[in-house]
Amino acid sequence: MSLTLRATRAGRVDRTKPLTFTFDGKTYRGFEGDTLASALLANGVHLMGRSFKYHRPRGVVTAGSDEPNALVSIGTGARHTPNLRAPQVELYDGLVAQSQNRWPSLSFDVGAINNVLSPLFVAGFYYKTFMWPNVAWKKLYEPIIRRAAGLGTASNEADPDHYSTRFPHCDVLVIGSGPAGLSAALAAARTGARVILCDEQSEFGGSLLSELHATIDGKPAAQWVADSVAELKVHASRVTILPRTQAFGYFAQNFIGLVERVTDHLAKPDPKLPRDRLWQVRAKQVVIATGAHERPMVFPDNDRPGIMLADAARTYANRYGVRPGGRAVVATAHDSAYQAALDLKAAGVSIELIADLRKEANGPLPMAARAAGIRVETGMAITGSTGHLRVSAALVSKLGTDGEEAIPCDLILMCGGWTPSVHLFSQSRGKLKFDETRQVFIPGESVQAERSAGACKGSESLMQAFDDGFAAGLDAAAKAGFSKGTKVTVKLAGVIDAHGGYLGAVPHPHDAGRVKAFVDFQNDVTAKDIKLATREGMRSIEHVKRYTTTGMATDQGKLSNMNALAIAAEALGKSIPAVGLTTFRQPYTPISFGAMANHSRGELFDPVRKTPTHAWAEAQGAVFEDVGLWKRAWYFPKAGEDMHQAVLRECKTVRDSAGVFDASTLGKIEVVGPDAAEFMNLLYTNPWSKLEVGRCRYGLMLNEAGFVMDDGVVGRIAQDRFHVTTTTGGAPRVLNHMEDYLQTEFPHLKVALTSTTEQYAVVAVQGPNARKIIAPLIEGIDISNEAMPHMSVRLGKICGVPTRLFRMSFTGELGFEVNVPADYGQAVWEAIWAEAQKYEACAYGTETMHVLRAEKGYIIVGQETDGTVTPNDLGLDWAIGKAKPDFVGKRSLIRPDLVKADRKQLVGLLTVDPQKVLEEGAQITLVGNPPAGTSALGHVTSSYQSAVLGRSFALAIVAAGRARMGETLYVPMPDGPIAVTVTDPVFYDKEGAKLHV
Amino acid sequence: MSDLKITRRSAFEGLHPIQVEGSVTVAPTPYATRFSFRGDAKAASACSKGFGVLLPNDLLKAESDQGRTAISLGPDEWLLIAPDGEVESLEAAIAKALGDQHQSLVDISHRNTAFTVSGLKAETLLASGCLLDLHISAFPVGMATRTIYSKADIILWRTAPDTFHVELWRSFVPFVWGLLEEAAHEV
Repeated sequence: MSLTLRATRAGRVDRTKPLTFTFDGKTYRGFEGDTLASALLANGVHLMGRSFKYHRPRGVVTAGSDEPNALVSIGTGARHTPNLRAPQVELYDGLVAQSQNRWPSLSFDVGAINNVLSPLFVAGFYYKTFMWPNVAWKKLYEPIIRRAAGLGTASNEADPDHYSTRFPHCDVLVIGSGPAGLSAALAAARTGARVILCDEQSEFGGSLLSELHATIDGKPAAQWVADSVAELKVHASRVTILPRTQAFGYFAQNFIGLVERVTDHLAKPDPKLPRDRLWQVRAKQVVIATGAHERPMVFPDNDRPGIMLADAARTYANRYGVRPGGRAVVATAHDSAYQAALDLKAAGVSIELIADLRKEANGPLPMAARAAGIRVETGMAITGSTGHLRVSAALVSKLGTDGEEAIPCDLILMCGGWTPSVHLFSQSRGKLKFDETRQVFIPGESVQAERSAGACKGSESLMQAFDDGFAAGLDAAAKAGFSKGTKVTVKLAGVIDAHGGYLGAVPHPHDAGRVKAFVDFQNDVTAKDIKLATREGMRSIEHVKRYTTTGMATDQGKLSNMNALAIAAEALGKSIPAVGLTTFRQPYTPISFGAMANHSRGELFDPVRKTPTHAWAEAQGAVFEDVGLWKRAWYFPKAGEDMHQAVLRECKTVRDSAGVFDASTLGKIEVVGPDAAEFMNLLYTNPWSKLEVGRCRYGLMLNEAGFVMDDGVVGRIAQDRFHVTTTTGGAPRVLNHMEDYLQTEFPHLKVALTSTTEQYAVVAVQGPNARKIIAPLIEGIDISNEAMPHMSVRLGKICGVPTRLFRMSFTGELGFEVNVPADYGQAVWEAIWAEAQKYEACAYGTETMHVLRAEKGYIIVGQETDGTVTPNDLGLDWAIGKAKPDFVGKRSLIRPDLVKADRKQLVGLLTVDPQKVLEEGAQITLVGNPPAGTSALGHVTSSYQSAVLGRSFALAIVAAGRARMGETLYVPMPDGPIAVTVTDPVFYDKEGAKLHV
Repeated sequence: MSDLKITRRSAFEGLHPIQVEGSVTVAPTPYATRFSFRGDAKAASACSKGFGVLLPNDLLKAESDQGRTAISLGPDEWLLIAPDGEVESLEAAIAKALGDQHQSLVDISHRNTAFTVSGLKAETLLASGCLLDLHISAFPVGMATRTIYSKADIILWRTAPDTFHVELWRSFVPFVWGLLEEAAHEV
């Protein structure tokens, strides 16, 4: 179709910049400044979608983000984005758009059979129709419903775009840039305040962009908008103006989420730019100026393509220069539709009739319409429409009569009045109040530092919007501390105020059970459905909403809520406030997951912490595992080795010669102060007062309930200084636990805690040759067995850098842990490695560490323990300072349940078949094939193949385990039970001779 | 022995510089001596003598003199920053100044590392992950605080109208750097 529907001059599109785009594969032309909806209308295309449930042909109804019908998919491949609102999609050259929810084509859709079958799909049909048989729900009904439901489909490919976020602060945030918002921003900006102005549209100005007649301070409205925006831009250092930016959520403490669509409107965006930018704004004061939504009229067949809101049609004509039809019938209950009729008439649309539901319409606008020669009928209802893919006639009736007149037309404009957009106010937890005179919900009491201005607070005239806006901007700035503002106003001419409004279904002479008068276009909910819900016992609007799904589509009932409420209220014989209003939820319009995730994807999803020797391990071909946020070397496979072979070799090498291990990730806490020992006495089960400087002790930490929460070796560096180590994953938790007790329970103790985890790189050298390996590198420390026994710590130097050298072992062999300042970690490691190679020692990873410690029966917190295990359960009673008056968890240890004889206790397990390696986590039972429902005696906590034992072995916790030594128990597995013998948990060097060499 | 050549490796090794011409630069700071000092006001006042810079009593304040800085992070907590290589001398000086007063001085020279964010868009770049109001009226020169950048703990200190000093634990450097790199594309 040619561009004859486009006016030659009117509107804000740039006729020097023609654009080409496709819709369902067909090529069309539009101009820069068009939306997809305006460009399609300019090409005579009204049919833009199929409805959700009945697949009825639908056209665009609105000119904004509240659009329920014209939902389209944009883009191809990975950039295919479904369910975008055509009036919000800005046109660019090469745009590819597709309609949704139809097959095989938009004009012929097989799914439209649902419209014929609609008696089956009444409100609550899920609950009624798909009841039987039970099993069919999961297998049959749900999959079919899921496939049938939903509109567009998301791309299966990874999102190629990137997204960003920002946390700005401002004195005044103004949401919406219509007359009220723009005035508020101007007033606030002039006080010197920091202002953010955002608007969901591509241009600022809101309704002023469709305003042809008004002059503001003697200027045309559009010029006043341009001048105002220019004034705001002068203050760019403190005034941020954000077009294409949706305020989607109002959260606690004036935290407001905005999403800026940065590149969606560009044909060839700069790849450096994010697609969306999430602005997480903290505003001292907020001005909400979000306007009002025009309400559709609920009449039979009110959803045919060519039926749209009156003011939307006015916007298409005035802002985009598009004639949305040739012959129009206007159905209204509000004066504003008369302005639309007059403007469309001026644009060349023939206005066949204005049918006003009200008994009288004698305001200045209706009078002007009559004076312009338009046929105006009052007390007349629109009662139906004809047509299929485009409306062909409007049916109208005089109220109280049965006669129906058909008026041929290709456009029906409807206006049931205006609903203030109170979404964000309501999200801010502000209380709404019902204005009985105007029959609208408006903002009542504020909870947060915000105020509404203009149509969103129920103001009905343009002058009032300006006055509201200036006052709100001044008030917000003053409350944010900028009181230098002066009262401002504008001189307005050429506008006529409009009043009126109607809620609920329009009366009609048809059988109400047989017609479809849509209330919620997006979810295909009719007036009939709402009445049915009330008949079936739904009393509150919250119930009606869930039963019928009215207002539950992505448009959140912007157009439908008030009509649905009025229909329900009438059916229930209650007042509107008595039926209640549904909750407004974030997001105001759908926003992308990309915007919410923003930078948190791929490598940057979470911090990846690497140790100072990571690069060395990587170069050696180490395989890494994740432990908390850390990457730890898991094992070091040589060519041709799998994990099993590598670990067996590493284990054997450590026991035969030595191994070098990166222990840097272990948590380290420096406990310093005159009361340090007393603090340690209270936080750990062990006694610390008598630990000599230079000696170490294994420390066990319990929670208040008496269960093991962490462990680690602690060295006494000085009388008032302990070097505490924790598990890798437990480090932050243990420091928090310590701080918590220090600050709340033991504030009298003079002690301070400092995390030193990252201060030191830790190189563990373990094995019979450990001393020989480090000896040549150490200065100032006698590391002989006599001078530096097992469990001691010395300060000195290694390779010329300061070290805290621990003699300790988590392998059962002679061992040292070399702590050096982290930046020297890799260099010291390399020096040790050079020495280690002389003894054919190996580098080993966490898996070998796990096996070696298990051979010694050393526990790992979180593996042998699960938050319900006591020291006694683990055979660690020796670590409890019996003489100590108190420590965290002490009192709980004597609770009856914690001293029961049949508690699960740590034992070793040996399989009868020495090559069989048990599965960790497997259950343990008394007999091989226990009857279903039998409780397990316990479970396998650690299980490995051992090089030194030449067989498999496991650790487990088993009920009354220590009394079962030698007993045969069973580990039932899917392929049959495995017989195991209960043993002592120490498998290697029971007497500990190898530690003391 | 000590004739071994031991190289110090910065946590920033291998990272690309972040520089947007005329807008913002992110650059590692030189190695430094750092201590976490914990003690009461009396101990802090004594420590000031040993350290050579007054440990500020007011919260969120940084005091600098002759290349040394003391940042108050809490009612009994200060971060002390001095030129590299002064761990032992400062430990001795502070211990002497304090006598037998209770205190906790812990060397964190290698735990922490730092970079500066400078330029016209320094505030904007930091606002990509920092939730605080960084406007000069809310966060003036000489202000410092412990806060977060995205998921990493940082200490943020404004050293000049267009320059921030950011302290963080060394293993969080690649994460924070990666985010800043991404955000710098669009400040």
